[in-house]
Amino acid sequence: MNKPVNQKAWFFVLPVLVLVAFNAIIPLMTVVNYSLQETFGSNVFLWSGLMWFEELLRSSRFQDSLGRQLFFTFTILVIEIPLGVIIALAMPKKGPWVSVCLVLMALPLLIPWNVVGAMWNIFALPEIGLLGKTLNSLGFDYNYTRQTGNAWFTLIAMDVWHWTSLVVLLSYAGLVSIPDAYYQAARIDGAKSWAIFRYIQLPKMKRVLTIAILLRFMDSFNIYTEPLVLTGGGPGNSTTLLSIDLAKKALGEFDLGPAAAMSLIYFLIILLVSWVFYTLMMRNEEQ
Amino acid sequence: MAKITLSNLRHSYMPDPKNPEDWALKQLDVDWEDGGAYALLGPSGCGKTTLLNIISGLLTPSHGKVLFDGKDVTALPPDQRHIAQVFQFPVVYDTMTVYDNLAFPLRNRGVNEREVDIRVREIAEMTDLTPMLQNRASGLTADGKQKISLGRGLVRENVNAILFDEPLTVIDPHLKFLLRAKLKELHQRINNTMIYVTHDQTEALTFADQVVVMNMGEVVQIGTPIELFEKPKHTFVGHFIGSPGMNVIPCEIENGVAMIGGRKIKTANKVDKPKGKTEIGIRPEFINFAAKGIATKVVKVTDAGRFDIVQTNCEGQRVNLILAKGAGIPSENAKLAFDPANTRIYVDGWLSGEGQQI
Repeated sequence: MNKPVNQKAWFFVLPVLVLVAFNAIIPLMTVVNYSLQETFGSNVFLWSGLMWFEELLRSSRFQDSLGRQLFFTFTILVIEIPLGVIIALAMPKKGPWVSVCLVLMALPLLIPWNVVGAMWNIFALPEIGLLGKTLNSLGFDYNYTRQTGNAWFTLIAMDVWHWTSLVVLLSYAGLVSIPDAYYQAARIDGAKSWAIFRYIQLPKMKRVLTIAILLRFMDSFNIYTEPLVLTGGGPGNSTTLLSIDLAKKALGEFDLGPAAAMSLIYFLIILLVSWVFYTLMMRNEEQ
Repeated sequence: MAKITLSNLRHSYMPDPKNPEDWALKQLDVDWEDGGAYALLGPSGCGKTTLLNIISGLLTPSHGKVLFDGKDVTALPPDQRHIAQVFQFPVVYDTMTVYDNLAFPLRNRGVNEREVDIRVREIAEMTDLTPMLQNRASGLTADGKQKISLGRGLVRENVNAILFDEPLTVIDPHLKFLLRAKLKELHQRINNTMIYVTHDQTEALTFADQVVVMNMGEVVQIGTPIELFEKPKHTFVGHFIGSPGMNVIPCEIENGVAMIGGRKIKTANKVDKPKGKTEIGIRPEFINFAAKGIATKVVKVTDAGRFDIVQTNCEGQRVNLILAKGAGIPSENAKLAFDPANTRIYVDGWLSGEGQQI
């Protein structure tokens, strides 16, 4: 069969190309540009090759904030994914309470991110905040502005409060899409609730959980507003995550070259992890 | 294996049923013999699946009892009733191999692995699954998955009955025949009680020794395929079974004799003092064109392969005939002759002289 050749088709792709160029390719290339050059201001640039990348990867400041970032993301994933699944399992599947639960679950997701940060900032204040005051009067020595452990606890509690709902809603959507016949067959086969979870619910939730883990990984790796408002990266540098460090470098210290190199590495880490994870999950699916 | 008795069984999904239509299942008293093959046949929404779920224990009836071998199991959950059920859409445990799927019901009951292995291999042999035992179950075709569902039921030794809920719905037409034959073969081999729900008369009539015809939550007739065909107890059965279904023609009764358009019709049954609507029921197979009889007009002739289906109009009433190929079809002044042995009077839908008893 002969396919008609018509070069006019390219013309129709043009608007998309222009759009993508302006909102993604050109800004990204600017960053690449900065990362390979050195400047002393007044728009004079000198070629510096991969110097910034080498320097950055060797710097303990970057290694530390990357370590903190990985710890943060790992911790919230370990808490939020199982917790979300458990809550989704406990939610009613039919009846009037379904919509009540769904609205309650969606509420934290509707709150602007800096408001979440501000809410928790005040909520956890040791002298006047409900959480901080309660903990202190119970005998805990709690002050998130001074103690690293407390700051991390507050940060993680805030993220769990804010984002577990997303995992719940996705898991719930996966759960309610399981046909009744599966549960009926399981009852006839004498399966206990653990076996039902392990062999029916979990496999059927696999796709939505993949999406949930990917979204939570990317979002938590990019997190900026909430920790900035809550702790500002402190006390000291103890809660300075990658994005906060990057903003300090780029905007506070105006080190364009190193900041650009860091942005690219940051971006590549997210891309790489997401790609590897997604590929693994999907390859599993095909088998 | 067990004899299944339904005693005084009724079910309503509403908390406080009042009207007849509130009942998903009306009064039911049936005995199903051990080792029989039964089909529940009826249109969608007639209560067949409700009845099946009550037998398997997925649903607890609001009234009445279910007995297996005379033992009341109404309150028992499905896994303690030792029944197997195959659903409309194949249920397999996607992450497991075919082997693990078949082993699942046994492992759940704590059977030791050596015995599991023996049973699984035996059942796989029976259901033709042996070559794919180590494959992932999710990769199988629909008919393979249905075989797994069936196999999971057969693998337990003490199964009382195997229930099928329209199991061939998602199977390709050319495989339906094979799978149906397989079921029939398995039934003869293991001699288990099988109950098969369907709305397809061919499936029901070929599979079952006894067919239970249901309509509007009510059992209309229980009988062998031949009984249902030759002596329908209700016009619904006559109409639902057969292709085309039985002709139902309104008639008057004078002195116990049926009259259509002032002409006496000889019938196999009599009626004394009918209360309600009276009709004549006769299958298209038992009508012929004749020199004398009820005047009619031929409307349409459909070629159905080995025979012709002739649609005629008998004073506004549609009457179908099935004629052998080559039989003459009069173009005008057509007259119909009914075979008296297969012509029956129905009162309010029910076969006269038999009452509503089934």
